Amino acid sequence: MSTAVFIAGAGVISGIGNNVAECLDRLVKGQTGIDTISYLETKHRGLLPVSEVKLSNDELAVLSGFSPKVNRTAMLSLIAAKEALDNAGIHDIPGLRMGFVSANTVGGMDKSERFFADFLTDQSKGRLRDIINHECGSITAIVAEKIGIRNHISTISTACSSSANAIMYGARLIKHNFLDAVIAGGTDAITKFTLNGFNTLMILDEQYCKPFDENRQGLNLGEGAGYVVLLSERAASLLKKNPICTLSGYCNANDAYHQTATSPEGEGPYMAMTGALTMGGFQVGDIGYINLHGTGTQNNDSSEAAAIKRLFNPVYPKMSSTKSFTGHTLGASAGIEAVFSALAAQQGLVYPNLRLKTPMTAFPFVPETVFSKDPGIRHVLSNSFGFGGNCSSLIFSKL
Amino acid sequence: MKVYIRSIANVSPQKTFNSSLFLNEFTEYSDNRLTCIEPDYNELIDLKLGRRMSRVIKMSVASAFACLKEAGITDPDAIVTATAYGCLEDTTVFLTNMVEQDEEPLAPTAFVQATHNTIGAQIALLLKCKGYNNTFVSGGASFENALVDAMMVLAEKESAKVLVGGMDEITDFSQVVLNRMGLYKRHPVSNFDLFKFNSKGTIGGEGSAFFLLTAASSENNFAAIDAVSTFYKPGNISETAQQISSFLNAQSIGSGDVDLLIAGNNGDTKNDEIYLELQKTVLKGIPFVNYKNLCGEYPTSTAFALWMGANIVKTNSIPATLNHNRTSKSKINKVLIYNHYQNIFHSLILISSC
Amino acid sequence: MDELIADLKEQIAEQLKIKNIRPEDIDNDEPLFGAGLGLDSLDVLELIVLLKQKYKLRVTNAEDGPKVFRSVRTMAEYITANRVQTT
Repeated sequence: MSTAVFIAGAGVISGIGNNVAECLDRLVKGQTGIDTISYLETKHRGLLPVSEVKLSNDELAVLSGFSPKVNRTAMLSLIAAKEALDNAGIHDIPGLRMGFVSANTVGGMDKSERFFADFLTDQSKGRLRDIINHECGSITAIVAEKIGIRNHISTISTACSSSANAIMYGARLIKHNFLDAVIAGGTDAITKFTLNGFNTLMILDEQYCKPFDENRQGLNLGEGAGYVVLLSERAASLLKKNPICTLSGYCNANDAYHQTATSPEGEGPYMAMTGALTMGGFQVGDIGYINLHGTGTQNNDSSEAAAIKRLFNPVYPKMSSTKSFTGHTLGASAGIEAVFSALAAQQGLVYPNLRLKTPMTAFPFVPETVFSKDPGIRHVLSNSFGFGGNCSSLIFSKL
Repeated sequence: MKVYIRSIANVSPQKTFNSSLFLNEFTEYSDNRLTCIEPDYNELIDLKLGRRMSRVIKMSVASAFACLKEAGITDPDAIVTATAYGCLEDTTVFLTNMVEQDEEPLAPTAFVQATHNTIGAQIALLLKCKGYNNTFVSGGASFENALVDAMMVLAEKESAKVLVGGMDEITDFSQVVLNRMGLYKRHPVSNFDLFKFNSKGTIGGEGSAFFLLTAASSENNFAAIDAVSTFYKPGNISETAQQISSFLNAQSIGSGDVDLLIAGNNGDTKNDEIYLELQKTVLKGIPFVNYKNLCGEYPTSTAFALWMGANIVKTNSIPATLNHNRTSKSKINKVLIYNHYQNIFHSLILISSC
Repeated sequence: MDELIADLKEQIAEQLKIKNIRPEDIDNDEPLFGAGLGLDSLDVLELIVLLKQKYKLRVTNAEDGPKVFRSVRTMAEYITANRVQTT
């Protein structure tokens, strides 16, 4: 079984930009995508800040090539997946066995919740076309058709770690010689369902979130999509340009503590990070930058920090949460952050953790608050920890 | 490296759970909706822990734990679940609250349980299983994806014990909506008569089946899983036939080596035409049985089919109730499960005797 | 107060789907969380919903939960102290 998996392309759309270049630009400039709600029709508009993609459904339709009748999650997915594919430069490599592994948590819920409102009044009401792509799996399928992937289509849904597991699954399909190339990542649109769901859980910040701050009050939801193109060693050797980096380690572990809360000592996060390091044959000192899960909730940030302290003490790599820019994009978060992390590994980028005023007193490390470049960075760790204890970590390495 | 089914448990619309007899009798349904015969959960799930669980979670926890008990283990190394719809009831409860109460914060438990990975997560929580945990939601190929994932886990760690399950539920909401979409029969039909009439539509079903997979051979194993494959929206019947041919070739076998076909006919004329045509070509001459008259149509129904196939291989017999009156070989060595869900996802699972 | 406590026990049992003991057998002062009934943080949220729906009271900070929801009695006292009296 071959061991190397390369990242040849990346594509992203989020609250800070509609493609990789735009997002990178905002990350460098420290400009958040969090704002008041503009597009979602909800009574929480003006009350709960979010990081929406700054395009209406009609505009997304034009950009993606989908009809505006198609749900928002699918449109975001197609835009980012196409960018990743175009970026990878694999169109002229013959005979590639290709797959599409995409993750999401909401499926077509933005349209389904409209259907449901009508259906509740009268079961013969509600437009069926609004519910036809409700399932998570349908999103992947209709996007796969548009990008010309057939047969190897998979959808994963493990809450906030979804896209990380999609990337892991894609890498393993390559390593086990089922496929040569996999577009892997995830997508999620903000919906009333998720906004109200998280509001019910009382973990939303009514101000702009401040991950890893002592006085953090919760998360802000975001939306978007992020994909990487994974290649086998053989396929990567046929590329005309250099790949971005390698995917050199990963691990999926379960916290098994509570349905929504992470254990205070961060056992699941610790196991995921340790497992990724072990798999890649790395020591803790090899990691130059951690892209934190860093949602801004009391629970996640303290659990994640506890795990980091346990693993890295006494020498800590640079770290930050880019959710201070993009919000928490749920099923898309690990995919979007994989793109940011892959570029960080390639170019030695360290993104800032916005709005961090008071570091957490219990921990001896502080995330970076300004953007910097560090050419010494060789390996980047990306964390994603979700509901249900699903914890996943990925390691991206400079070529 | 071979992958074996060590144990299985199946909650389904038939008497399949904790039953020492394999399909010795069938249960009839006459309303196009096959709902599970559920066990007494009070005996299986601690009331304190199970109080929040909606029906599909209970079904899944019960079948997962029964599967582990049969294998004599309490500590699987990995848990992989597959569901196309997730926890529909919880999703519906939350949506209803959201609409009726105009976005007031309500029903937190329903929201949490509406996430598709909640089933795999709750099983891990109850077992304190910190190993690999994944959930596939790939429509009609969800269960097959989960099997492939499990097989890769075993190839990566031969000593692993992997718990794999496929589940989907039917709810009042889904029944009405799928009916409106034209999936079901126009008039009530008995599942016993599902394949008697040439008409449009099928019948709704649900179930939860869990399998404990290992790489260790044992006389207690049910069957070996040789290969799993899925393909998507084939352009025409020739392409479908070609996919099946390639699948068999990759296993170095031909259709003559397949002793039994478990086919996913669902009683809908157009849907079943595909099987009829294939049985004139690439699947010609293979003795076959159907299964959706027993469990109904739902995206993860191949979990039921695998349960059935594994039991047939283990007992080396086909229950008389399956109305199988074709000549069959004396030794059922290789069983092919072929199913398509609405001609969108097609799947192939090949199992063999140990 | 006794009537409120009795009502509360029924409502708690229903909201949290408690089936392993009868509502009337819930002790007034027994801790609801940790030991006792063994409720958890998700149940706090459900109880916040209960207070809002049945008693029109908002608990805006989930961290007030342990204080307000320590026992059935503390819940009843919170309701009595805070609910709007109608004439």
